[in-house]
Amino acid sequence: MSQYRRTKKGRVDSRQQISFSFDGKTYQGLKGDTLASALLANGVHLVGRSFKYHRPRGIMAAGSDEANALVAFDRGEARVTPNMRATTLELYDGFKAQSQNNWPSLNFDVTAINDRLSAFFPAGFYNKTFMWPKSFWDKVYEPAIRATAGLGPAPKAADPDKYDANYTHCETLIVGAGPAGIAAARAAAKKGGRVILVDEQGELGGSLLSAPDQKIDGQPAWDWLAESLAELDAAENVTLMPRTTAIGYYHDNFLGLAERLTDHLPEDAAEGPRERLHRVWAQEVILATGAIERPLVFAGNDRPGVMLASAAQTFLNRYGVAVGEKIAVVTGHDSAYKAAFDLSDADIEIAVIVDCRAQVDQKLIAEAEKRGISLRTGHTVTATKGRHRVKSITINKVNGDQVDPAGETLECDALIMSGGWTPSVHLWSHSKGSLQWRDDIAAYVPDKPNENAICVGACNGDFGIGAAMAAGAKAAGGDHTFDVDDTWPWTGAGTLEILPTHRDESRIKAFVDFQNDVTAKDIRLAVREGFKSIEHIKRYTTTGMATDQGKTSNLNGLQIAASALGRPVPQVGLTTFRPPYTPTTYGALAGNNGGAAFDVVRKTSIDGWAEEHGAVFEPVGLWRRARYFPRDGEDMHQAVAREGKATRDSLGIFDASTLGKIEVVGPDAAEFLNRMYTNPWTKLGVGRCRYGLMLGEDGYIMDDGVIGRLADDRFHVTTTTGGAPRVLAHMEDYLQTEWPDLDVWLTSITEQWAVIALNGPNARKLIEPFVEGVDLSSDAFPHMAVRECKVCGIDARLFRVSFSGELGFEINVPAHYGRALWETLYAAGQQYDITPYGTEVMHVLRAEKGFIIVGQDTDGTVTPYDAGMSWAIGKKKKDFVGKRSLARPDIVAEGRKQLVGLMTKNPKTVLEEGAQIVMTPNQSIPMEMVGHVTSSYWSETLGHSIALALVADGHDLKGQTIYVPMPDEMIEAEIVDTIFYDKQGEQLNVF
Amino acid sequence: MMLIECPVCKEKRPELEFRYAGEAHIARPEDPDALSDQEWAKYLFIRSNPRGTHFERWVHAHGCAKFFNAVRDTVTDKFVMTYKCGEARPSPEQIAERQS
Amino acid sequence: MRYSVRSLFANALSGHKNWPEQWPDATPKKSYDVIIVGAGGHGLGAAYYLASKYGVTNVAVIEKGWLGGGNTGRNTTIIRSNYLYDESARLYDHAVDLWDGLSQELNYNVMFSKRGVLMLAHNVHDVQSFQRHIHANRLNGVDNQWLTPEQSKEFCPPLDISSQKRYPVMGGALQKRAGVARHDSVAWGYARAAAQLGVDIIQNCAVTGIKRDANGAVEGVETEKGFIAAKKIGVSAAGNSSIIMNMAGLDFPLESYPLQALVSEPVKPIFPCVVMSNSVHAYISQSDKGELVIGAGTDQYLSYSQRGALHIIEHTLAAICEIFPIFKRMRMLRSWGGAVDVTPDRSCILGKTPVQGLYVNCGWGTGGFKATPGAADLLAYTIAKDEPHPINAPFTLERFTTGRLIDEAAAAAVAH
Repeated sequence: MSQYRRTKKGRVDSRQQISFSFDGKTYQGLKGDTLASALLANGVHLVGRSFKYHRPRGIMAAGSDEANALVAFDRGEARVTPNMRATTLELYDGFKAQSQNNWPSLNFDVTAINDRLSAFFPAGFYNKTFMWPKSFWDKVYEPAIRATAGLGPAPKAADPDKYDANYTHCETLIVGAGPAGIAAARAAAKKGGRVILVDEQGELGGSLLSAPDQKIDGQPAWDWLAESLAELDAAENVTLMPRTTAIGYYHDNFLGLAERLTDHLPEDAAEGPRERLHRVWAQEVILATGAIERPLVFAGNDRPGVMLASAAQTFLNRYGVAVGEKIAVVTGHDSAYKAAFDLSDADIEIAVIVDCRAQVDQKLIAEAEKRGISLRTGHTVTATKGRHRVKSITINKVNGDQVDPAGETLECDALIMSGGWTPSVHLWSHSKGSLQWRDDIAAYVPDKPNENAICVGACNGDFGIGAAMAAGAKAAGGDHTFDVDDTWPWTGAGTLEILPTHRDESRIKAFVDFQNDVTAKDIRLAVREGFKSIEHIKRYTTTGMATDQGKTSNLNGLQIAASALGRPVPQVGLTTFRPPYTPTTYGALAGNNGGAAFDVVRKTSIDGWAEEHGAVFEPVGLWRRARYFPRDGEDMHQAVAREGKATRDSLGIFDASTLGKIEVVGPDAAEFLNRMYTNPWTKLGVGRCRYGLMLGEDGYIMDDGVIGRLADDRFHVTTTTGGAPRVLAHMEDYLQTEWPDLDVWLTSITEQWAVIALNGPNARKLIEPFVEGVDLSSDAFPHMAVRECKVCGIDARLFRVSFSGELGFEINVPAHYGRALWETLYAAGQQYDITPYGTEVMHVLRAEKGFIIVGQDTDGTVTPYDAGMSWAIGKKKKDFVGKRSLARPDIVAEGRKQLVGLMTKNPKTVLEEGAQIVMTPNQSIPMEMVGHVTSSYWSETLGHSIALALVADGHDLKGQTIYVPMPDEMIEAEIVDTIFYDKQGEQLNVF
Repeated sequence: MMLIECPVCKEKRPELEFRYAGEAHIARPEDPDALSDQEWAKYLFIRSNPRGTHFERWVHAHGCAKFFNAVRDTVTDKFVMTYKCGEARPSPEQIAERQS
Repeated sequence: MRYSVRSLFANALSGHKNWPEQWPDATPKKSYDVIIVGAGGHGLGAAYYLASKYGVTNVAVIEKGWLGGGNTGRNTTIIRSNYLYDESARLYDHAVDLWDGLSQELNYNVMFSKRGVLMLAHNVHDVQSFQRHIHANRLNGVDNQWLTPEQSKEFCPPLDISSQKRYPVMGGALQKRAGVARHDSVAWGYARAAAQLGVDIIQNCAVTGIKRDANGAVEGVETEKGFIAAKKIGVSAAGNSSIIMNMAGLDFPLESYPLQALVSEPVKPIFPCVVMSNSVHAYISQSDKGELVIGAGTDQYLSYSQRGALHIIEHTLAAICEIFPIFKRMRMLRSWGGAVDVTPDRSCILGKTPVQGLYVNCGWGTGGFKATPGAADLLAYTIAKDEPHPINAPFTLERFTTGRLIDEAAAAAVAH
C-alpha cells in the first residue's frame, strides 16, 4: 500500500487489490477506486496536457466537473473512448487508459513549446494572422492548425458495442441521489406513484459519500445512507438508477437519461448493451443536482497538485487517498476549512491556510488553532512552482487594494482551493426555468419554473445537508425534517474574480477555463477588443466551451468579464446552458436505430420469391423492389434487354404490389375525386378505370395513378409507390378540413392487396383459366376495365390496364395470397416462356410508350401542360385542387420546360439521364441550357435509344436538333413525340 | 418532445404521433377563379408566422388520423389549447383565460 | 489597427494591452442614409459592402441582441454552390467567389477552408438527381464531380461503403472548392471592417416599428433607443424577418422553424472534408478545433424558441452512426437550436419590397451561411442602386404571385 493510501478511510475495499495500467505502466488500486483516486494513491498527479498550450495538468476535481484529467479509456482497439474523465472512470482489474494530447510522451511533450510562445497565441489570435500570403492558408497554415487540433485520439474502427433506448414514464423523477435527492425519493415513494432516482455516479449518495462524520437523525451518515437506499431499493414503485446522467430537460417534462451499463465491468464480464438511453416523461421533476466548487483564479493555478478543496476531501473520505503529504490551502470560502481539517485529522500536514478574506468566522480560526494550522487571512497566492507537480507557492499579504510585493514561499506537494460554490442549474435552464443572481453566494439560482419542476438543496442555493434534506422531502410532498448537525459556517467571498496580485496581470497565466487554456487576461483582452456580450466573450476566448462546458469556469469567467466591463454580473448575463449535461455517446443517442433497424424495409409478399430467383433489388421510398432478374452472368443491360423483349413478344410478370392504394368510399366519392384530381369522375362507369392526375394546390404535378370504379360509391385509387402516404394525407386534409360536408371515407389499402401485373400478347391466355365470373373478351372486358371476381378461387380485383403498352392485367389479391398466386401463374406461364421482370424494364417499357414517372420526368415544377397532359384536365370542371394556380402568369408564359421525346442522331448513343440540353453547340461556359434529359434507355424492341426530356417550349420544337454537351463530346438529338412504340395502341388489344 | 392533447381522442400523446400541418383558419376560397393572382398567392403562401400565439393545425397521424387545431405559443412552444376542426377560433379572452 | 505579423508581434511584446476595439459600441445618430436591421453576417456584410463598394458610408446596423448571435453563430458553416438551377448556381457561386479572398479583404481571418463538400447518393433517384446537378453545374462553370463509392471512400476514409447497408453509398457529388468557414469570425470580420469605414453598429437595440410617410415610403425605424431616421432600410433578420416586415405592413411567405446542430468532443484529425446526405439527414465536418460539427433536421412546427426536440438529435446521430460506424463511440458535447425562416420554394427573397425604401434579404432556410458574402453584396447593391443586381433579380417576392418559383428541393424530391 502506497504512502498516500489511508486504509482506515474511504469506502474502497483494501482487501480487493486490482491492477490497472496507465500509459503502459502497471499500478495497483483498490476496488471502489476511480482512475483518479488510484493514480493519486500512487502519487501520480500528472495525468494530461491542456488543449492549446500543452501545459502539464493533474486532477482538479473528483467528479464530472473535471476539466484537466482527460484520458483515452482503452478496452481494445475498436473500444477506445477519448476524453474520458479520470475522476469518473471506475477501476476494474485489467483496466487500461492512456494520456492524450501529447507527443512523444506525457512527461516530455514537444508541443508544449506552445506554452513558451503563448504570448503570440492570445484569445482570437487566429483571426488576426495566417493571412499572408493568401495561398499559404490552404497549403500551409490550415493543414498545420488541423494537424495540431483535437484532444483525444480519433476512433480507428467501427464500435462493436450495442446500445439501447427505451421510453419510460413516472410520477416523480429525481435527479441527483445526494442527501436532498434521497430525502425526496423517500417522501415520493410513500405517495405510491412511480419514482425514478438517477445519479451520474456509480454509487448513490452524493455528498454524503464524502461526509462520513456527518450524523443524520442520530445515525452516522453512511449508515443512514445504506438504510435509506435499502428501503428505496425494496420499494416496488421506486427505480434506482446509478451511472445514469440526466443529459437534457426538454419540452413537457421530457428528459433524456443516459445509463452506462458496462464500462465499469471487466471486458469479459460486459454483456448486453454498453449504454441505454431512457426517454422519460415525468409528471414532476425534482432536481437535486447539487453544486460545483469553483477554482480560484491566480497565477499557476493549473499546476498538477492544485485541486479543488472538496475534491481533496472526497479523495480522502471516500477513496482513502491523501492527495499530498504537505498540503496548502487557499480559499475565499469557509468550506475549504472543513476539507483542511479532515485532511489534518487524517494526519496530513496542512502547510498553511491562505484566506483572501480579512475576516473569518471565529469558529474556523479556533478549529485551525486547535490543529496547529497556520492561518493567513488577508493573504493571496501570487505564484506556484513545480514542473510536473506543485512544489511551492508564494503568498503575499493584501493591504486594502495593495498587495505587498514581498512574498513568502512555502513548500507543499498539493494546493487545494475554493472559490465558493456554483449551483448546478443546467437542467433547470434546459427546461427554460428562469434564474436570478444571488450576490451573497455570487451565483445564479433558480427563479421561476417553466415546467413542473423544483430545485432542492445546493442546486437551489440552499447549502447544508439538513436544509437540503428538508427541502427534498418537502418537494416530494413529505414533511419530515432531519436532525443534522451542519452548523459549519458556509459563507464565502465568491465575488472574487481573480486573486489579488502585485504582478503585471498581462504577464501571468491565471486560468479560468483550464482545459481550453483560457486565462483571465484573455477575457480582459476580449473586453478590450470590444467583445462585450458574455456570449461574445465566450466565443472569442472559448471559455466554457471545453468538454466540461464551463462547469468550473463559467462563473469565474463571468465575474472577470463583469469587472472588466465595469458592470454588475446580472447585467452581463449568462451564456445559455445547452444539453447534454455531460458528453453523451452517439451510440446511446442512436439507440437501437442502427443497422437493419435504421429504417424499415418494406417488402411485398412476393419479395421472397424474387430473392430466391436472384433478383437485384433497388430501394424505392421505403420499399425494396426487384430491379431485374439476371440469368447466368447477365449484366443489367443484358437482363433488361431480355426481360423487355420477352414481355413484348410473349408474356412478362411483374410485382406491382408496392403501388399505393387508397379506397375512396361514400355517396360523395366521385365528387371528392373530381376535386382532388384534374380529371372528371362523375361519368366514369362502374367497372371502368381512368388515369388520374393529382396536382398540389400550387398547380404542379404531385402524383398519378389509375383509378377504378368498383361501385357508384366506391373507387380503388392507385398512387405512385413513394407517394402513397403523401397522397392519403393530402386527401384527408381536404376532406376533413375543407369539405367536411362530403360523405366520404378514405382507407389506405396498399398493404391489403398484392398486385401482380401480367403484360404481353399472351397475358389473357395465361389468366383466362384462373379467372371465375368474368368474360375476358375485349368487348366484355376492354382496356381500362375493372371487376371484382375470383382468381384461382381467391377474391380478387382484376384490372385490365397497361403501363407497358401491351395487353395487360393487374390482379389484386389479398396480400397473403400474393406469392401463391404468383407461383401458380408462373408455373402455368411456362408454356408462354413467362418472364419475371423488374422495375428497370417497367421503366423502359413505359418510356417507349411515353408514360411519365412522377418524380423522374416531373420534378415538382412541372404542370400538366408542361407534361403534355392537357387531355387529363376536365375542361368542364369549375374547380379542382391546383386549378387556379395553372392560370398564374408565369405558368402560362412562354419558355416553360415541356416534356418531349428525344432521338439521338446516332441510334446507339444512350443519353445520360440528367444531362443538360442546349440549342447551339458552340457556346462558352456558362452555356444557356434549355432543359434536361429526364429518362433515357436503350430500347431493345426498337433497336435504338430513346429519351424523354424537359425542353423550353419543347412542344413547338418537334423535329429540331438539340445538343447534349458531355465532357468529352457533343451529342446531337432530335426532338420527337414522346410515344416511341405502337403509337396507335394496337398492342393493347392483341389477342 | 411535446405532449399534445388530441381533442378527438381526448388524450395527451407524444408529438411523434402527430404531424404538424401548417397555419390554421386559412380557408380555401369558395371560388378560386374569382381571385386575383395576388389574392390567390396570399391564400397559397402568406403566413402570419407570429412570435407568440399561433393558430395551427395538427393531425393525429398515428392515432385517430383526425386533423385538429391548436393554439400554441411559438416562443415558449407551449400549447394553450387544442380544438376540433370546424370549431371557431378561440377569442383572445379564451386564450388569456387558458394561459392564466 | 491593421492586423499584420508586425502588429501581432508588437502586441505580444506589450502584453496585448494596446489592441483597439474591433468595433466601437455606437450610440445611434438621429439619421442615416441606410439602416440595416439585423447584425448577422448578411446584415453586417451588407453594411460593409455599402461602405466599401457602393460609397454609402452613413450606415447603421441595428441588432436586438449581440451581433452574430442568430443563425450566423448557430450553423454548421457549410459553404457550397453546386445548385441545380441557373439562378441558384449564380447566386451561390457569387458568394463562393467572395468567400475566396474574404480574409484578406477584411484583414480578418474567417478561415474559409476549401476542403470539399461531398453529397452522398443512396438510391437510384439520388444518383439521377446528382447527375443532373453535375451536368448543369459543368455547363454553368460550377465545379462538381461524380465520385464512385470507392472514390468517395478515398476522399472521406471514415465512410462505410458496404453495399449491404439500409442506405448504401451509391456514389457522391463532390464540389472541391466548397468547404467551411469559422462562423463567428465572419460576423466579427465584417463588423470590424464596416466600423472602420464609419458604419455604426448598434447592439441591444430592438426595432419596434417601421415608420412610413404619407406616400408609404419608409422614414426610419422605431427602436428601444428611440426613433432613427433613414430613407432606406434593409431587413436581414433571418427567423425574425416576417415580424419586421409586418411592422411595415407587409405579410410575407415565411415560416420559422427550429433547426438544431451539435458538436462532439474534440478528437485528433479524422474527417478531412464535409459530407452531406440529404436522404438520411446527416451533415458533418470536423472543425479546426477537432470537434465533429453535425447538422440535424428541422423540427416540424413553427417556433422561435431556438430549442428543439431530442428525437431530432437521436435521428441525426443514428444516421451519422449508420454512415460512419467508427463514430458510434464519439460523444455529443453540446447541442443547440436556431430559428430558420423558410419560404414556400425554400429559396431566398432578396430585393426590393412593395414599400418604397424597404429592402429585404430573408428566407434562406437552412442554407444562409454559405451565401453570406454574396447575399450581403447583392443586398448592398440593391439598396445602393434601388434596383436588384441581375444575380438576385429572380429572387423576388413577386415570384410567389406569378408562379416563377425556384424550387431546388422539389427538383430533388423523391417519388416513383
